[in-house]
Amino acid sequence: MTTTTTTDAAAQQPLTRAAKRRRHRTFGEASMTEKVVRYVLLIFVLFITLGPFLWELSTSLKGPDEDIYTTNPQFIPSEPTLANYLHVIQAIPVFGYIGNSLIVAALAVGGNVIFSTLAGFAIARLRWRGRRIVLGLFLATLVLPGEATIISQFVTVRSLGLADSLLGVALPGMIAALNVLLMYNAFRQVPDEIDQAGVMDGATSWQRLWFIALPAVRGTIAVIAIFSFIGAWDDFLWPLIVLTTPEKFTLTIGLQYLSGTFANDQRMIAAGTMIAFIPIAIVFSVLQRFFFKGVEEGGVKG
Amino acid sequence: MRANRWFSPWIMVAPALIWLLAFSVWPSLNTIRMSFTNAKPLGHNEHWVGLQNFIEIFHDDQVLGALINSGIYMLVCLPLLTILPLLIAVLVEKKLRFISFFRTAFYTPVIASAVVVGLIWTWLLDDRGLVNNVAQALHVIQGPIPFLTDRWLVIFSAISLTVWKGLGYYMIIYLAALGNIGRDLHEAAAMDGAGAVRRFWSVTVPNVRGTMTLIAILVCVSALRVFSELYILTGGHGGPGGQDISLVMLIQQYARGFYGNLGYASALSILLFLITLIPMLVLARINNRAEQS
Repeated sequence: MTTTTTTDAAAQQPLTRAAKRRRHRTFGEASMTEKVVRYVLLIFVLFITLGPFLWELSTSLKGPDEDIYTTNPQFIPSEPTLANYLHVIQAIPVFGYIGNSLIVAALAVGGNVIFSTLAGFAIARLRWRGRRIVLGLFLATLVLPGEATIISQFVTVRSLGLADSLLGVALPGMIAALNVLLMYNAFRQVPDEIDQAGVMDGATSWQRLWFIALPAVRGTIAVIAIFSFIGAWDDFLWPLIVLTTPEKFTLTIGLQYLSGTFANDQRMIAAGTMIAFIPIAIVFSVLQRFFFKGVEEGGVKG
Repeated sequence: MRANRWFSPWIMVAPALIWLLAFSVWPSLNTIRMSFTNAKPLGHNEHWVGLQNFIEIFHDDQVLGALINSGIYMLVCLPLLTILPLLIAVLVEKKLRFISFFRTAFYTPVIASAVVVGLIWTWLLDDRGLVNNVAQALHVIQGPIPFLTDRWLVIFSAISLTVWKGLGYYMIIYLAALGNIGRDLHEAAAMDGAGAVRRFWSVTVPNVRGTMTLIAILVCVSALRVFSELYILTGGHGGPGGQDISLVMLIQQYARGFYGNLGYASALSILLFLITLIPMLVLARINNRAEQS
């Protein structure tokens, strides 16, 4: 009996001290051990997420004399060369495809930023009859998977005479219901007091939007712009259905065409994927600050 | 002229509303109409065929195969993409040095096109690709594993791609949820002597349970909508004997070319819609229960 109590008391004493120390550690600077463990895990995940891209980059830089099929794989190319990139440029009109993708992406970014801001503002901050019904309509379409309407989407685009055209690719995605709702959500969080001051001063709806509400939702607009660009640049199924003429292909369709035609030249396919990937990687790493800030502001929480 | 008239809101909302009606509402109704016809991708010679398309779906082995594939896809993705991104979010939550680099890097697979990562995967999992070569060099396996040519392995290769590409996406959603947990909760738990693992289970998990349910549903719905991964990994053919297809791949196949059938594709679209409703109804139910209790 006595022994147990003593050990208990003895055990409790260092435990509270350890707990205190741990508390100190976790909420001030991380301890050395914790840091090491965290960095080891971070680098492990980094290896998994970036490794495949780096391997593809390495393959794209390897010359014809280097065995890329060896069971003794080398990460650093023995004679790095850009020849594969040149081959891709000669085989398919890459710059045309990039231009096509940029046109579609620019229309998507412009349309979504301008029109979901306008609609989101009107639904969130203005009082008008029918506003609840309109909001409900936008919410209701969220349950529709895009793929389920893609067939009649195509029929609509075809009847507008836009089948096999870039405008036909861009048009349906130019104003997404989800973005309208994201903007609605962002505008709703703007404090009422600021807005009411504007109303008192006799500001019009347009002035309230431009001078008062807009500066407060920049983060969400950045998220929408980035997502619209990435979505349009990366889209595959929709342009695959709309486009048939090779000159009008977007980059993803062109890339799939390249891999089908040069299936046995992995160096060339690797170069093609890097041509499609590097621009978007640069765009994202330049804008990532705005993206993560916008997400923290609640842009994606919905 | 003052622009503060009754119609100002309508001018603001008009473009988005027109888009919604033209590219969401109308296509939904038109899909239902077309599912009773034999509309063709080329030409306008369509006839009313009644329920024929739906009857055909029930006897279509390809549809059954696609549904089985989707079921496997969903069941494997669900636990992996609900749990792993949470662990990564906890890992990048702490503001260490270089942490924004790691966050951006972990998000990279999300921003890359499915075609790009599909082709990268195709090369990694090739018979003579990196994975097989390393495994053979380490004598883990004797001959190459047919990741891209075996009827079942293709599905799991595509799943591994989906999971890898989805980690960063769901990580961000969890990260936003983790930011809402008060620091005092963690501090209180630490005061009570709870270690990192204990705190994960008793503070983190209960506080992100709502987000977890939402992510589980999102994972299920996107697994049912899979297209690009399977399409690229099988070179557009759907693997051996065209068995490695999803419902969306079938829809795409019927949407194109001389032998296409938009009527049948529309009927398949309705099936797709009804199937994706199931996880959403589950979510609605869980939400209702949470509100009641």
